[in-house]
Amino acid sequence: MQKVRGLVIKRAGELLSDGTVTRVLGYKCGDFFYDVTPAFFESADQLSDLEYGSFCGANLSKYLINACKDQKEGKILVLLKPCDTYSFNQLLTEHRIDRDKIYVIGVGCKGMLDIEKLKAMGFKGITKVLDNGDELDIKTIYGDKKCKRADALLEKCVCCKGKDFKAFDEVIDVEEPGEKGADRFEGVALLENMTSEERFAFWNNELSKCIRCNACRNVCPACSCMKCVFDNPVSGAAGKVNSNSFEEKMFHIIRAFHVAGRCTDCGECSRVCPQGIPLHLLNRKFIKDIDELYGDYQAGEEVGSRAPLVNFTFDDAEPSIVHERGNE
Amino acid sequence: MQVNENAKEWKPLIVAFCCNWCSYAGADLAGTSRLSYPADVKIIRVPCSCRVNPMFILKAFEKGADGVIMCGCHPGDCHYSTGNYYARRRMTLLFSMLDYLGIDRKRTRVEWVSAAEGQKFSLVMNDFAKTITELGENVKLGDIRCKK
Repeated sequence: MQKVRGLVIKRAGELLSDGTVTRVLGYKCGDFFYDVTPAFFESADQLSDLEYGSFCGANLSKYLINACKDQKEGKILVLLKPCDTYSFNQLLTEHRIDRDKIYVIGVGCKGMLDIEKLKAMGFKGITKVLDNGDELDIKTIYGDKKCKRADALLEKCVCCKGKDFKAFDEVIDVEEPGEKGADRFEGVALLENMTSEERFAFWNNELSKCIRCNACRNVCPACSCMKCVFDNPVSGAAGKVNSNSFEEKMFHIIRAFHVAGRCTDCGECSRVCPQGIPLHLLNRKFIKDIDELYGDYQAGEEVGSRAPLVNFTFDDAEPSIVHERGNE
Repeated sequence: MQVNENAKEWKPLIVAFCCNWCSYAGADLAGTSRLSYPADVKIIRVPCSCRVNPMFILKAFEKGADGVIMCGCHPGDCHYSTGNYYARRRMTLLFSMLDYLGIDRKRTRVEWVSAAEGQKFSLVMNDFAKTITELGENVKLGDIRCKK
């Protein structure tokens, strides 16, 4: 991906200097090389800080909402990976961003790495991760280590949606087109096959870890309400950690419900969760149900499509279908 | 959950959301026709089944409901033309999700009851109360970590 980075910097520099765009929304390294955060670049000199590597998992489309609102002149150049373009389309569908203000460069991706997974594998003091195709060379202060690339992929990349760009002005890609990832409903099906008590215990355990930091909400491209229902003090769910544990459950169920049918399954919620709650399992449950009951639907596949929950047909399944299927 | 001290007998708490135009009138008709339905069913009147916010149902479970039933006009008969079509999709997904989270799917139900179906209202409520009584107390959504 170093190659893509070079090409992106060159092209972004050109577009900045000829005035097509006035700022670039890309990635920048934080304190550590794997600590990559979204950043704006406003001149060609700053672009040397632009990073595009194996840890650029963040989905930049949500940052466009605020960027489109500021009164600055000119267009914004944004780097979008194939999966990010789904969120981009969904935001366009919901009129949250202005297509005329944005210049999209689709950047090739071969799956991003999850530093938490690497750390969990026992690698300590990582100073550098080199990508050698299917294998990773991990340089640590305790010596060089190796591991399989597939074992360190982000959850969303394990279940990759494919390498097609759904929206772009130009594409910079040198990677070979990869294959689609594993079946994303595997985890959901596993839970569905448990008994009711096991499921309750599982979710109780997971959701009780929640510290209500709201990171999942803030990063989610579908959670873009100007005022969130959970910011309303009379909603009964505005409290933070001092609340009872019901609130955490309600927060996550309702949040998943509010994005149901609009969630592109970008997996950002699970990626940013500091407590490692598998929030994608909630979203994927809704996606799975929608696919099974109302026909396959991928949010963000095309601009202007009508989400399943703001739509209906006269012969939809009756709610009793929930009772009829299932394992018990 | 409620404990009747005298009878020492557990009684379920059932919350029924009834739409103003059909089901609530149906409940009324059940009353005027002297058809009985269990007193464990607490009816909450809503303008339309579409008004039922998923949060209402979660709140009901938080406050200790053992079962939640939503009643509305038959599809096609909605006072607001299409409200119950949206409600149908929403509730299907929500109840499926609650089942996924470990609240038994028998504890949630949607029934379409028209204003003329007092008989059906009584039958549905009796049947639902029977189901919930057999299932017993609900799992507690709210008291795991911060028991007060």
